[in-house]
Order: sequence, then C-alpha cells, then structure tokens
Amino acid sequence: MADKKLQIALYWGAACGGCDVAVLDTNEFILDVAAVADIRLWPIAADGKYKDIEAMADGELDLAIFNGGVRNSENEHIAHLLRQKSKLLVAFGSCAYMGGIPGLANLTSREKILETAYRRNPSIEWGNRVVPQPETKLNGKELEIPKFYRRVYKLDQVVDVDYYIPGCPPQPDRVRETLLAIVKGELPPKGSVVGAFDHALCEDCPRTKNEKKVKKFYRPWEIKADPDTCLLEQGVLCCGVATRSGCGVRCPTSGIPCRGCYGPPPGVTDQGAKLASAVASIVDSKDPNEIEEILAGLPDFTSFAYRYGVAASLLQRSYRQ
Amino acid sequence: MTKTIVIDPITRLEGHGKISIFLDDQGAVEDCYFQIPEFRGFEQFVVGRPLEELPRIVTRICGVCPASHHMASAKAVDACFGNEVAPVAHKLRDMYYNAHYIHSHTAHFYALAAPDFVMGPDADPAVRNILGVVGKVGLEIGGKVIRCRGLAQEIQRVIGGRNTQDIWCLPGGVAKPLKPEELEQIKPWVEELYDFTVFSLQLFADVVLNNPQYVELILRGPYTLDVHSMGLVDDNNAPNFYHGKVRVVDYEGNEIHKYEPKDYAEYVAEHVEPWSYLKFPFLKKRGWKGFVEGIDTSIYCATPLARLNVADRMATPRAQEAFEQMYATLGGHPSRALLAQHWARLIEMVQNAETLKAYCADPEITSDQVRVIPRTITGEGVGIVEAMRGTLTHHYTCDEQGICTSANLIVGTTNNNAPIHMVTKKVAQALIKPGVEPDQGLLNMIEMAFRAFDPCYSCATHSLGKMPLEVIIYRGGELVKTIKRNC
Ligand code: SF4
Ligand code: SF4
Ligand code: SF4
Repeated sequence: MADKKLQIALYWGAACGGCDVAVLDTNEFILDVAAVADIRLWPIAADGKYKDIEAMADGELDLAIFNGGVRNSENEHIAHLLRQKSKLLVAFGSCAYMGGIPGLANLTSREKILETAYRRNPSIEWGNRVVPQPETKLNGKELEIPKFYRRVYKLDQVVDVDYYIPGCPPQPDRVRETLLAIVKGELPPKGSVVGAFDHALCEDCPRTKNEKKVKKFYRPWEIKADPDTCLLEQGVLCCGVATRSGCGVRCPTSGIPCRGCYGPPPGVTDQGAKLASAVASIVDSKDPNEIEEILAGLPDFTSFAYRYGVAASLLQRSYRQ
Repeated sequence: MTKTIVIDPITRLEGHGKISIFLDDQGAVEDCYFQIPEFRGFEQFVVGRPLEELPRIVTRICGVCPASHHMASAKAVDACFGNEVAPVAHKLRDMYYNAHYIHSHTAHFYALAAPDFVMGPDADPAVRNILGVVGKVGLEIGGKVIRCRGLAQEIQRVIGGRNTQDIWCLPGGVAKPLKPEELEQIKPWVEELYDFTVFSLQLFADVVLNNPQYVELILRGPYTLDVHSMGLVDDNNAPNFYHGKVRVVDYEGNEIHKYEPKDYAEYVAEHVEPWSYLKFPFLKKRGWKGFVEGIDTSIYCATPLARLNVADRMATPRAQEAFEQMYATLGGHPSRALLAQHWARLIEMVQNAETLKAYCADPEITSDQVRVIPRTITGEGVGIVEAMRGTLTHHYTCDEQGICTSANLIVGTTNNNAPIHMVTKKVAQALIKPGVEPDQGLLNMIEMAFRAFDPCYSCATHSLGKMPLEVIIYRGGELVKTIKRNC
C-alpha cells in the first residue's frame, strides 16, 4: 500500500449529523488523513454521491466508514453498496454500532409512529387522513420516497461489519487515534470494538467510590447530588458500571449520570442485563416487598438499560414478532 | 413527451432534500416538488420515557443544532413540572444558547453563504467554497473565522459540560453552575467574539453592499416570496431566541398573531402531503389554502429575516444600528427579499455577542443556586425557542409520575417546508423555459434559494461549504442528460 493512497469513503444512514461533526472536530487532523488517503465520498465535506460508488469496482475502496442506523430502504441500499465496494467496513457511532437512540422506536410499532406523527398530534390539520406513501401518483406523475421500515437495524444486522467505533458521537480524540491506526494498518482482529478503552467507565470516573448500598433511588431532578461522590451510590441511576470507557467521562463530570452511549464494556454482550445485575446487587434489602418498593424508584428501566442499544439487545428478539 | 428532472442534493441532515421537476411537451415547468424522504418518529418513541430524560434524547434529532432541541425540550419539561426554575438557570441557558447561535451562524455565513457573494455566484465551482473565500479574503481572516467559531463552541463546553449532544438542563434548572474562574476564562473570548461579529458585518458591507450587482440580486432576483413571517419576541417586540411570545406579521407589516407558547396549537397546524415525510405547517386560523402566495395566504417563513421582520427593534444597541441600516437599504420593514437572510443572520450575531457581554457583567451569573427541586407535576407543557433555522416547538404531556404520555414537535426547518417548496418552483420556472436547456446555472440558482433558508438537511455543508448537486433529466424513462455540480 506504500505507493498507492488509501481509498476512503464516509457515508451515513439514518443519522443526525453529529457523527460527521465529530469527525470534523478532529480539525487539522483531517488534512493529515487527506495527505495519505483519497477521500472518495464524504457528503458533509467533499463531493460525490452513491452513483459514483455504484460505478466502482468491487473492493475498490480500502475503507468505508458508515454512521447512522438502517431505518429505510435507501439506508439499506447504501449499506450493501459500501460493503460490496470496500475492503473494510466500519460502523461509526452508537447508531451504526447498536442502533442508537433512534432504535428506541423498536419499543413501539411503525403503525403507532405513523399514526402519531400524521394523524393524532394536536397540530395536525383537522380531518387529515393522509399518511406519506413510498409511491404517489399525482396527475399521472409518479413521486417516490423510501419505504419506512418496521424497525431500526444496526449496521451488522444488514451487512457484515469489520470494526465498531462506539459513542454518540465518538469523542474526537478517539476518532483521531483510530483513524491513525487504520492508516498505519495497525488493526486488531476483525469484529473488534476500536476507538475505546478495555474497561468500564467507572474506572476512569473521578468521583469517589465507596461501598454501594442503596435504600432509595432518585430521579436526577429529585435530588441535589453531591458533586464528588459516585452518583449511583447516592441513588441516582448511572450506567457507568455497564458502559465502556472512552468518552472522557463526559456526563458524570458535568453532574449528569451516564446513559451508556459507548456500549457494553469488554466481555459483556448485553448492556441492559449487566446494568440490571449491577442495580440488583446494590439494593440494600433482603425483604422482597421492600426490594420491589426500592426498584419502583426506577421507572422505565428498559430505556436506561438499552438507551442506545434496543436494536442490539437480546430483548429485541421478543419484540420482533 | 413529459420530461422529469430529479435534483438529488446529497448533503442533508434531517434527510435528503429531493426536487422533482416535471416539464411539459414544450419544455416549460409544469410542476415541481420538494420532497423529504427521511423520517424517524421521535414523537412516538419518547412516549413512556421519564420526562427529565427527554432533553438528552431529542438532541439526536439533529447533531448540528442539538442545543435548540435541548432548550425547547427543557422548557417544555419545566412547564410539565410546574415551571419553578432557578432564575439564574434561565440566564445561564440563555447565555449558553447565544454562544450556540454564534457558532452556528458563523459556520453558515462563512462556509455556506459567503462563497456565493465573496467569490460571486458565477465563479468556478472549484473555488466557490470556503477555501476559495479564505484565499480571497486572506489567511488571517480565515484563521479568525475558525478561531471564533471554536471559541463559541468552547464557551458552551465550559458552561454546560459538552457542546454536542447536550446534557446539562434538568427540570428546574441546570446540572452545574458557572464557577467564577470559569467566567473569567470566558470573558476575553466574549470580547473577541463581539469584535468578530462587528467585523463580519463590515465585511458584508464591503463585499456585498458595495457591489450594485449583488444588491440588485438581493432586491430584485426571483428570490422573493409573498408570505408572512414568524419569530419569538420579548416584551418590547425585540428578537429573543430563548424566551418570549411568538409573533406573526404579514408582509405588509401588520401583526396577525401574538401568542404564548402554551397556545401554539390554536395558531399553527400542519398539512400532510403523501409525497413527503416532512409536514407543512400553516396558520391554522386561516386554514390550509395550498402552496399560494398573497396577503391572504396561510403560509409563513421562520428564518433570521422573518425574526427581524416580526421585531420592532433589536434588543441591543449595536445590533439596532445594523437593523436600521439593513431595512433602509431593503426599502423598508418588513422585507420579502429572501437573500437578505444572510445579512439578518449577521445582525442577530451582533445581538448574540452583546447579550453574552451583558451576562459576563451580571454579578448573579456565577450563583450556585442553579436548580430548584420541582414540587408539582402539572401534566402538560410547551417549550418554544428560536432554533437558528426557525421557531421550534416541543409539546409534551405526562402522567402524575412525570412519565411522558405524548409529544408533538414542530421543528425549525419544518416551518419553512412550504416556502422552500414554493421558491424552488419559482426559481425553476424563472429559469427553465421552452428552448432553454437546464444547465449549471439552474443548479447554482436553486442552491442559492436553499441556502437562504439554511435548511437543516443541507446544513451539513456548513463545514466546507459545498452542496454537490446532480440533475438527472429523463425523457420517457430514458436518461437524456446529467448535469453535475462538484465541490
Ligand atoms: S451515534 Fe449519535 S451522533 Fe452519531 S448519528 Fe447516531 S445519534 Fe447522531
Ligand atoms: S456509577 Fe457513574 S458516578 Fe459512579 S463511578 Fe461509575 S461512572 Fe462514576
Ligand atoms: S458518560 Fe456515558 S453517556 Fe455520557 S458520553 Fe460518556 S459513555 Fe456516553
């Protein structure tokens, strides 16, 4: 590869744009990448569209970086296309890695989503019965929009993925380190999570940790938590124990509990199950009634356990039917 | 045989914007549709979540202006919790939000809008980008732009802990106070930003206003629409981005509505078309009348110019000066000249910087009383802020535990869905005439119409300032011609 520049593409599925902003936030580093690589497609900063990718030979790209999940037919088409044209495919950010926040939609149904957005909301035009359709015929003209899928998929539920970079969005320092490693060809085994550390967030959290025993859980607004002590010990649900470090402990150092955007730590397959067992172990009671009462202080636990990972969770299976 | 032209701008955030133009047998524009193919369904999947989590969930609607969603959501949540908010928290949020505005407006003006004016609308596409602008105005100015945008981001990080995918607002206030030493750190940056916003205004005057050709384009190009304006105002009818009432003014300057956020649903409704996932808001009391211009239309814009159109004055002195100068040039207040958006954006930035200065001098700003613990749950709340790209409304209801039971969102860019659809058609009709082959010029002109609105699906181009476009012309399903506008 010494005499040939690396061929790179960055593209998005159902994304918010924050992941591309994270790449931009590496600032001058982008220029360093541009010096050793040809950025063939990056809609946010460079020209190109997927017609250009269609025209490439299979495997012509060395690296394709995909952010966002798969929500509609167009996202899926692009995912397949990039897989076919690229030697390496990287799932960038929580949406591509685990489904991300838009994956919370998998806890409800497509019908409910469309019904709410186009029929039931208080600002919908009175009497409206129209819901957007993939194909519309108007005075003999055909208009198309992509098909909205029943659920959100993470990237590797649609195509084979080589590496995963977690974070919503990934921290720019990690992005820099990872791209550098890829450019140098210093890659761990296929399927690895890169751009993050090999331990849980708590290990890097500066808050002091003592023995965790909790008699009552508080929602973040119900308590003025001490700024220097572990939030979980104070009864505020923090997902640090079930989350991989890498973000720089952004939330707990700002007085806000972690919600797990970096995904599960190494060795843990199901982030929510890990959080549930951590919570169970700190409840300070042996009495089943009291335990139930204490846990009632944690409403909607599912959306904390799987804030970024409903699409990736074992739980997803039961929602599939 | 009917011809179809599909313009598929590849850059977008809320989704691709796609334009389909239909030509008749003679080659004139018969119809034109502006379509949004993407949809994610936030309004339904936040249901069931504890309300205090919403401000940190809805930021994922847009990663470029997440602070707007964070603030609107926080305000709606406050209202659901009885609206007891620590006074200094409102000040801090407003301060944070004004910094966010400077960051976003700087990016838009220099990366997206400036290439058209500094390089000229007819310049070679290869230089019509931010790098071309830097080349022409000088590296020193380019460095200043990058530095000041970074400072605006850094101010948010110091105040609120993070500058993308915000986490800081909680019901009743914010999660962390601004420490005195942090304020000292920010102060010189704010001074620098103020100088920068005044400098930007001057640059606009030198480059654009001193060029009669540009003034002509702004005042008399096809870029005018006879539709109304919407924006948030304070008690003096000056623009406010974080707080206030929504005012709607017609294009002759008469107030149509002025309403409290909680009453929004009496004034605004959304029309649905089967061919776009994005809804079309309109003035409810007038009813949906279709995509029509005119004094009786129910269609409005919510943009920087619209915000100044609905205002009687600016909130700060230097911005006021600029406001008067702009409307004198435009031939009076309000204005329908869509390309004046860029000027309005710069004037807003001056107000943002002056507001930041005032907060830096406020002895209360470093108070540690930044949050009160809510005591009641009222069950319903509406939060409205001005997102950079339009009035942003979040409306939630909840049960007695504070669990969300419904959510309705009218997003900034969505307000402008109908006007963008209409101006696109207008520009297409002005350009594509029988016997005239659509070419590069069409793309540039349509792109400029888009840019004036700074729609979210294109604001990804903030970074380096190009929106690659492709026009595909089909005749009876057969590809006739492809015109491409590269970076
Ligand atoms: S991972 Fe987060 S920042 Fe990235 S696209 Fe998804 S929601 Fe946006
Ligand atoms: S649980 Fe949260 S607050 Fe406690 S140590 Fe872990 S990351 Fe820090
Ligand atoms: S603290 Fe948790 S939720 Fe916050 S950025 Fe880090 S991993 Fe993500």
